[in-house]
Amino acid sequence: MSARTEPRIVRYFLISIALAFFGLFIVLPLICVFHNAFAKGWVFYLKTLEQPDALAAMKMTLIAAAVAVPLNLIFGVAASWAIAKFEFKGKGLLLSLIDLPLSVSPVIAGLIFILLFGAQGFLGPWLIAHNIRIIFAMPGIILATIFVTFPMVARELIPVMKSQGNEEEEAAITLGASGWKTFWMISVPNIRWGILYGIILCNARAMGEFGAVSVVSGHIRGLTNTLPLHVEILYNEYQSAAAFATASVLALLAIITLIAKSAVEATIRQGQRQ
Amino acid sequence: MGIELKNVYKKFGDFKALDDVSLKVDDGELLALLGPSGSGKTTLLRVVAGLDFFDEGQVLFSGRDAQNQKARERGVGFVFQHYALFRHMTVFDNIAFGLNVQPRKTRPSRQEIRAKVMELLKLVQLEWLAERYPWQLSGGQRQRIALARALAVRPKVLLLDEPFGSLDAQVRKELRAWLRRFHDEFHITTIFVTHDQEEALEVADRIVVMNKGRIEQAGTPEDVYHNPVNAFVLSFLGNVNFFHCRLEEGKAVIGNTTLEVPGLSVDKPQPAKLYVRPNQFKVSRVFSKAAFKAVVEYVNPAGTIVKINLKTESGERIYVEITQEELKQLKIRKQEKVYVSLKDVSYSEYVKDNS
Amino acid sequence: MIFFKTASMGFPDFVHVITAPRTLAAYRLSFGTAFVSACINAVFGVIVAWVLVRYSFPGKRIVDALVDFPLALPTAVAGIALTELYTPTGWVGQYLQAAGIKGAFTPFGITIALTFIGLPFVVRTIQPVLEDIDPQIEEAAASLGANRWQTLTKVIFPVIVPAVLTGVTLAFARGIGEYGSVIFIAGNMPMKTEIAPLLIMTKLEQYDYTGATAIAIGMLVISFLLLAAANFFQWLTSRNLGKA
Repeated sequence: MSARTEPRIVRYFLISIALAFFGLFIVLPLICVFHNAFAKGWVFYLKTLEQPDALAAMKMTLIAAAVAVPLNLIFGVAASWAIAKFEFKGKGLLLSLIDLPLSVSPVIAGLIFILLFGAQGFLGPWLIAHNIRIIFAMPGIILATIFVTFPMVARELIPVMKSQGNEEEEAAITLGASGWKTFWMISVPNIRWGILYGIILCNARAMGEFGAVSVVSGHIRGLTNTLPLHVEILYNEYQSAAAFATASVLALLAIITLIAKSAVEATIRQGQRQ
Repeated sequence: MGIELKNVYKKFGDFKALDDVSLKVDDGELLALLGPSGSGKTTLLRVVAGLDFFDEGQVLFSGRDAQNQKARERGVGFVFQHYALFRHMTVFDNIAFGLNVQPRKTRPSRQEIRAKVMELLKLVQLEWLAERYPWQLSGGQRQRIALARALAVRPKVLLLDEPFGSLDAQVRKELRAWLRRFHDEFHITTIFVTHDQEEALEVADRIVVMNKGRIEQAGTPEDVYHNPVNAFVLSFLGNVNFFHCRLEEGKAVIGNTTLEVPGLSVDKPQPAKLYVRPNQFKVSRVFSKAAFKAVVEYVNPAGTIVKINLKTESGERIYVEITQEELKQLKIRKQEKVYVSLKDVSYSEYVKDNS
Repeated sequence: MIFFKTASMGFPDFVHVITAPRTLAAYRLSFGTAFVSACINAVFGVIVAWVLVRYSFPGKRIVDALVDFPLALPTAVAGIALTELYTPTGWVGQYLQAAGIKGAFTPFGITIALTFIGLPFVVRTIQPVLEDIDPQIEEAAASLGANRWQTLTKVIFPVIVPAVLTGVTLAFARGIGEYGSVIFIAGNMPMKTEIAPLLIMTKLEQYDYTGATAIAIGMLVISFLLLAAANFFQWLTSRNLGKA
């Protein structure tokens, strides 16, 4: 027996506890989703997903993610580049601001937008005067999604960039490359897996966000509903099978996210070993 | 290209990285910046490269102020301590990088770039590695590729930061000799940073010894080794024995022993610190009043010279080096008694310090 | 913005809102269940992290990937799945019912949901710290005559305790604010199973924006304090690993 492990019986005991806990809290809910989704059979399942409201919700979710992910990608790359490679005043503040959306309740995140853009809100009268609807409309949903997914890319990239240091960029500059070329030819390729990783997590959160979106959406069927909100409505109307069928699409997305994430992690680890 | 620094200051917070540094590097010179870590040598190199900015002073390239020249316009080749090879590019693409990023007008054609890269690979004797990635190379190979990459843009100055610092002793020796030969052939103005005195003494035309952000001494290897201006330079360049003593005309009094110092002249007797190189002692079995009585603690005959550790009667420890010939004649062994005196050496190698 | 809104309502009103019995009950419920679930995760999170880092068993890679499942799964989906499991007729709920325990629609159910949500925070903070521990430290302890239990309690645990605290704080903070996975299983009875975020939501639906904001402020202040605590523990961890 090596100095770094426990007797076999202790090991098996701990593994059993871990797996039991894991099975109860993680695996069982996962199975539950798919079991209930197909409780009324394939035909019902497909029918549920073909409902106009379901399709509209899917479209809404895709639009929100399609706007939020690229925006936060650009922001995340820029912010992490600035934080990892340069020293400037207010760096600590920027770092805490990046973490802010992760530390506040999604409901409060939504509340912020109501207070800003709602009818009684800060900018409300101006928006009404110009006939612009943000709250209880698509822009509100997109804004809330951007807000909650705001940290996802930057948080993944900052440690990667920090660990790589500045030497390669400096080498490129002494070889005559401009700042722009250095960024595209050296910095970006070096963080490409980190970027992909960030996009995957950002996308999962964007498509799955519930609390913040729920606050600003107004739950207008076929108009301001996202998939998670659609799940809620169906469930609250006691359409359990339909709710789970819709939920299974999101669960599938989560599983794909995890597989993609693991694949990227494996690639990054392989890269580090090299 | 000649480089000149005039009264350069650079601070990191409260830390003085460069403190009134003035230095002239001649065109075609191979210069070593030698000093302990934190002495400012790497900062000096980075200031020359334009990678760090200085607070005060002037840096001149061929007599022209380089203040407003960006790093990429300076025409310097910089070889980083950890090579900084682009990890996502092949060896070929690494070396070609400097050519590929040139503006379209001045950029050579693909064939020209290819020919140039292959020529450089040949120069560093690694032609067969063109398609490999940096992680597939050994440390010595990476070092040479980094050098080839820096040379691709035909730099007027070559700057190397601890170029052999992280290599095995054997590879380090080979590359040192290679750098010297390379420089003799191409005469590019070269500055390299090292903390290894042996490396500096062996390779450089001229050595600049730095300490705490200041230049202590600049001179030929011979000069800094034999005529150190102060105790720091002396002790940084090779082993040295240190004694508190009292200097008199032709003599040094250490404890109860009075050693003869040939050629020493002092105005009046005064206390001093005495520094003696290990090869400046004479070891004898014959009694002499002007010698330490000492016991041999350890003899290490492995190598071209013999290293001996001695302990004097008064308890001071002395490290002495003698030749194998001398050892044959003396036949000294552990625990034996010997007499140690000072040889007839140039007195300028002693450093007096009355403070 | 939120503070601005609160300032406009005046301090007495603010105090009145956040000390209303219903608000206090919601705070108590949110913080209580979040705390209990964070503690549950502290125990099981350490075991899961330890098993994942130190032992090998079939399916380990899948388990490792699934640790993030609660983060990847939309909270609403988690909410309805857990509710379905713990209702009196559900797969788990029926056995609880037989044992006389009510699963869903009780604080117990809320705790279950928050444990689900919090698990990755604890595991993912401890895991890298365990991986970073230099094997030579344990070997040194063993070579100095410590038995395995002494090595664990005197060498390993002190190093990972700050990481456990960081993870628990993160899970706790997340638990306080959690909405989606809780509202389905909670039952949402005022004074009994109504969590603070839901109370904010209810106030919003009644267009009582000032009330909602006041409750949010209370939560925010505590969340920021917790975040500061988490950062402090993080700092302790890096110091213990000899990095700071």
